[in-house]
Amino acid sequence: MSEIRIDHVSRWYRNVVAVNDVSMTIGPGVTGLLGPNGAGKTTLIAMMSGFLAPSTGAVTLDGEPLWRNEQVYRKLGLVPEREALFDYLTGRQFVVAMAELHGLADPGAAAQRAIAQIEMTEAQDRDISTYSKGMRQRIKMASALVHDPAVLLLDEPFNGMDPRQRMHLMELLRTMGAEGRTVLFSSHILEEVEQVARQIEVMVAGRHAASGDFGAIRRLMTDRPNRFVLRTSDDRLLASALLGDASVRGARLRAEGGIELEASDFGRFSEVLPRLAREHGVRLHEVTPTDESLESVFSYLVGS
Amino acid sequence: MLSPTIVRLGVRSIFGRWRGVLLIVLPVVLLAISLLVRGLVGDDLDAAEGTLYGLGLVVILPLVALLATSGLLAPEIDDGSISYLLAKPLSRHTIVASKLVVAIVCVFVFGALPMFVAGLVLRSDSPSFAVGFGLASLLAGAAYCAVFAWLSVLTRHAVVIGLIYLLVWEGLLGGLLDGIRWLSITRWAAELIDQIASLELVDDLPLVYALLALAVTFGAGVWMTGRALRAFNLTGDE
Repeated sequence: MSEIRIDHVSRWYRNVVAVNDVSMTIGPGVTGLLGPNGAGKTTLIAMMSGFLAPSTGAVTLDGEPLWRNEQVYRKLGLVPEREALFDYLTGRQFVVAMAELHGLADPGAAAQRAIAQIEMTEAQDRDISTYSKGMRQRIKMASALVHDPAVLLLDEPFNGMDPRQRMHLMELLRTMGAEGRTVLFSSHILEEVEQVARQIEVMVAGRHAASGDFGAIRRLMTDRPNRFVLRTSDDRLLASALLGDASVRGARLRAEGGIELEASDFGRFSEVLPRLAREHGVRLHEVTPTDESLESVFSYLVGS
Repeated sequence: MLSPTIVRLGVRSIFGRWRGVLLIVLPVVLLAISLLVRGLVGDDLDAAEGTLYGLGLVVILPLVALLATSGLLAPEIDDGSISYLLAKPLSRHTIVASKLVVAIVCVFVFGALPMFVAGLVLRSDSPSFAVGFGLASLLAGAAYCAVFAWLSVLTRHAVVIGLIYLLVWEGLLGGLLDGIRWLSITRWAAELIDQIASLELVDDLPLVYALLALAVTFGAGVWMTGRALRAFNLTGDE
């Protein structure tokens, strides 16, 4: 059982802060690192991989520093986000070479085991340059698993995978988490993370915005106020009726027509709106959510 | 101290890219020009010296070293695939030493050996001429490799900076200012050639100093590269 500790870590590049005073502990099981692009996920994973020095604070694996300590790679497997591989090798040659560099007793057998684990046995003798994005992702995965590491770090592993490969990788991550390995992967897609991860750490704008199981994170994200623009046959009438309901926090009539509305309880609001419209004989022409993007969800989390 | 796997990967990576072709073209050019000079001028010391020193030692050899070394390190650093080598329980000095072995073998095959053969072509009756240029090329090439390896780890513009260094320092200033001989890999190699082949390519430079300077440059380059790789900051595209 291995544990990565991030203790008051910040990292800046000249005067840009990429990671801002983050503390978290990644233990056995699958942890999802969730956040929009540019939130500092890659920087954080680079520090957990020993590829980047924290500007302040410490990152340790079972008490040992990760920076300038190549022995940690005996129990650490990495799947980087970047696509580049040794294109002039076949998949098998690549994984065997990685096994040799780990100093394994039987590199060939270890490579076969890892390749079978990610179901690449058929394509293993083709040049990596002929691989699709999903196949590259899987051969990277095999190279990270070849020495049977206790900790596995994956940066955006689902990018570019088709749905079947995605399901398969999710299953593999779940299995590895259940075996007691410490698995951490990053993603900017909530649905992806909550299907695999028990524990979710949310990063926004370099800060550690939230932490918890997927139920807690999901509630945080759906309980936020939702904004809509409504176009109706009688804006004023419907707006006043809606303001009488507890699920609506505010309503404003727009000069150009339509209602700008903020609802606090989405579930209740979606039930109340059609009912009130029917009761008052108002026709709904259009209901448009105005802040459905993930970024707005995240910025809400930061604000709270 | 060496990793056979990294050596093997290094050999494949050099010849898996277009740089591999250039590595073959350079010595072919040197040999072709040597044949031409020999055919047109005959067995002439000045012409032979001009060809092997001015073209071979000052231009072809450093370019071979630059291509071989940067081809081994720079592309992997650029595209991030070096992370697959770095994420291993291997001493960073082992990685550097293994890569440099490949680069130095390249310098031997595509630099020193062609220099030796060109020496024989140009001055067939004086083997010490060929031996001098061949041996000096190998030592100077190794020193160049270590310097370029360090540059590759320090900056993403290693090839450009390497070329500027060769052109301005070793080429232009080395020819204009006498004092540069104390700090020039080419001049140190030239001193060695002077001793072996009884020439006068460079004045007033003790042989012991030249040899020591080559050794120190090589050792320092290897060590600094390993050190820089150990504290190498690698991030994604974010």
